[in-house]
Amino acid sequence: MKIHEYQAKEILRKFGVTTPRGIPCFSVEEAVAAGKTLGGHVAVVKAQIHAGGRGKGGGVKVAKSPAELETYAKQIFGMQLVTHQTGPAGQKVRRLLIEEGADIKKELYVGMVVDRGTQRVALMASSEGGMDIEEVAAHTPEKIHTIFIDPTKGLLDAEADDVALKIGVPQALVPQARTLLQGLYRAFDETDASLAEINPMVVTGDGRVVALDAKMNFDSNALYRHPEITALRDLDEEDPNEIEASKYDLSYISLDGNIGCLVNGAGLAMATMDIVKLYGGSPANFLDVGGGATTEKVTEAFKLMLKNPGLKAILVNIFGGIMKCDVIAAGVVAAAHEVKLAVPLVVRLEGTNVELGKKILAESGLPIISAVNMADAAAKVVEAARG
Amino acid sequence: MSILINKNTKVITQGITGKTGMFHTKMCKEYAFGAQCFVAGVTPKKGGQNYEGIPIYDSVKEARAQTGATVSVIYVPPPFAAAAIDEAVEAGIDLVICITEGIPVRDMIRTRYKMQGSKTQLIGPNCPGLITPDEIKIGIMPGHIHKKGPIGVVSRSGTLTYEAVGQLRELGLGQSSCVGIGGDPVNGMKHIDVMRLFNDDPETEAVIMVGEIGGGDEEICARWIKDNMKKPVIGFIAGVTAPPGKRMGHAGAIISGGKGTAQEKLAVMEECGIKVTRNPAEMGKTLKSVL
Repeated sequence: MKIHEYQAKEILRKFGVTTPRGIPCFSVEEAVAAGKTLGGHVAVVKAQIHAGGRGKGGGVKVAKSPAELETYAKQIFGMQLVTHQTGPAGQKVRRLLIEEGADIKKELYVGMVVDRGTQRVALMASSEGGMDIEEVAAHTPEKIHTIFIDPTKGLLDAEADDVALKIGVPQALVPQARTLLQGLYRAFDETDASLAEINPMVVTGDGRVVALDAKMNFDSNALYRHPEITALRDLDEEDPNEIEASKYDLSYISLDGNIGCLVNGAGLAMATMDIVKLYGGSPANFLDVGGGATTEKVTEAFKLMLKNPGLKAILVNIFGGIMKCDVIAAGVVAAAHEVKLAVPLVVRLEGTNVELGKKILAESGLPIISAVNMADAAAKVVEAARG
Repeated sequence: MSILINKNTKVITQGITGKTGMFHTKMCKEYAFGAQCFVAGVTPKKGGQNYEGIPIYDSVKEARAQTGATVSVIYVPPPFAAAAIDEAVEAGIDLVICITEGIPVRDMIRTRYKMQGSKTQLIGPNCPGLITPDEIKIGIMPGHIHKKGPIGVVSRSGTLTYEAVGQLRELGLGQSSCVGIGGDPVNGMKHIDVMRLFNDDPETEAVIMVGEIGGGDEEICARWIKDNMKKPVIGFIAGVTAPPGKRMGHAGAIISGGKGTAQEKLAVMEECGIKVTRNPAEMGKTLKSVL
């Protein structure tokens, strides 16, 4: 689960991380008032959307007067902000963060993720702040310093100090950097984060180490024990179809093709998308109905796929293990009737009770195109989609 | 021969009185030699009861002491599953298979940390389990699609493994063992660990390696295969069409920071001499071509 920058900063402050003073705003008027409350000459107007690359897309502006602040707030609030992470349609800006300006002397990078190889939380730090860290990793990997944190000890003083010096924090400010880094780790650990990034972490002219930006993602498997994090979810930032899918415990991701895919199991669902593409088609979605699909779940899955106006055909690919093919077949028939299915439907069933399942489909009176295996199914659905 | 488990393996089911635990224990008990393999269940405070004639104990330690079981399978709900693994490790179980999906990564980091230096092997979590056809199945896979034979299967996915097994069956090829290592980012045995066992197993003549986007375990295994594997390996990686930054069902199936793409994995596997197919309908056919 993702949250906004201002929410991440609120969490980090609780763990002793220094951030600029700032006020989240939900209208231009609030933004203007926030500028007054903050006082000072310089304020930063920051679009709050979940995607990265906001600065490059024109979603972050430095205002040197109240009049400028209002101009920028009007410009940014409500805009469709396009970044390399939003896709061409962009994301509507519904929230702003108004922050005091900072006298930046140095821009550094620190981030934390779970490292799958060592099975520990990895702290990555670099002198190259403010840049895309993936670019730094690709071109100058020697500028990234990594520490794998012992889960029983946390980030040690010596480790934090060492990495701070390596990325160019002045000696006198190392204790401040240590506080920030250790706070970042404790925040990551105690909130079940899956990613925490401060880019840039800056050294200011008045000798402070400050988190100028902040990004946190959370492990959705752990949200059950963090109601305070779950409350930060912003549904405006999520795909409405994916929200709808999550209500029915369906794993769904929208893609830009025109062939709907309904599959049991994540690996098979990905493989089904792949084979559709391999046979010249284009998948409209990833959809894993899981191991215990009921008629209700299958019906909801059909409804979700059919919300896509460009949908040309649907492929159901089921390898029944625990899920019996007759149950899924009955679900498909019921769903097709309920949604008055108007696009071609190709069904491939395999596994437990497959004959019974095929019989149910054949006797349903529906124009279902039956496939004998994955290759046959892919070929047939691609042809059907071409219409 | 087979790897990890056979008809003489004795198994404890942790979480045997839950809905999932009951259902799958019954299915496993009914498969091949299951009745002699599934010797104990564990549910705290339910010691002394039994399920389908399988005695239930309060703790893994007690179940192991009473039955001599060396393997445990876990169906405990996610909030308690990591602690269930810890309990099995502390009780000295040789092989723990955790079926549970949805365990917080933070819990698994701690559990894996505690397992350092222990003799216990872990498969999963978030996996279908493993099967040695016609002998024993431990997990949630449909037993009847399998048959005994010379092909090893290792995979991060459940149903995609069944797909591979189904294709082998169509071609008349049976399996030595099939191992689902699971779709979580922090887990136990990796492709490489299972591949080593298949390499040493005299009954296994060739291996299907099924991977998916996310992480770098397939690449690590591929490089090991290049230098060490004495048997042909064929591979498939799911997720060529997966968009970056999106979790594709499995917690571990995500392309992050441009890393863990299917294309990259396939390229490394090919470089290492593994015959890969980009068509998931041709896993069986590709395997047959290297025999």
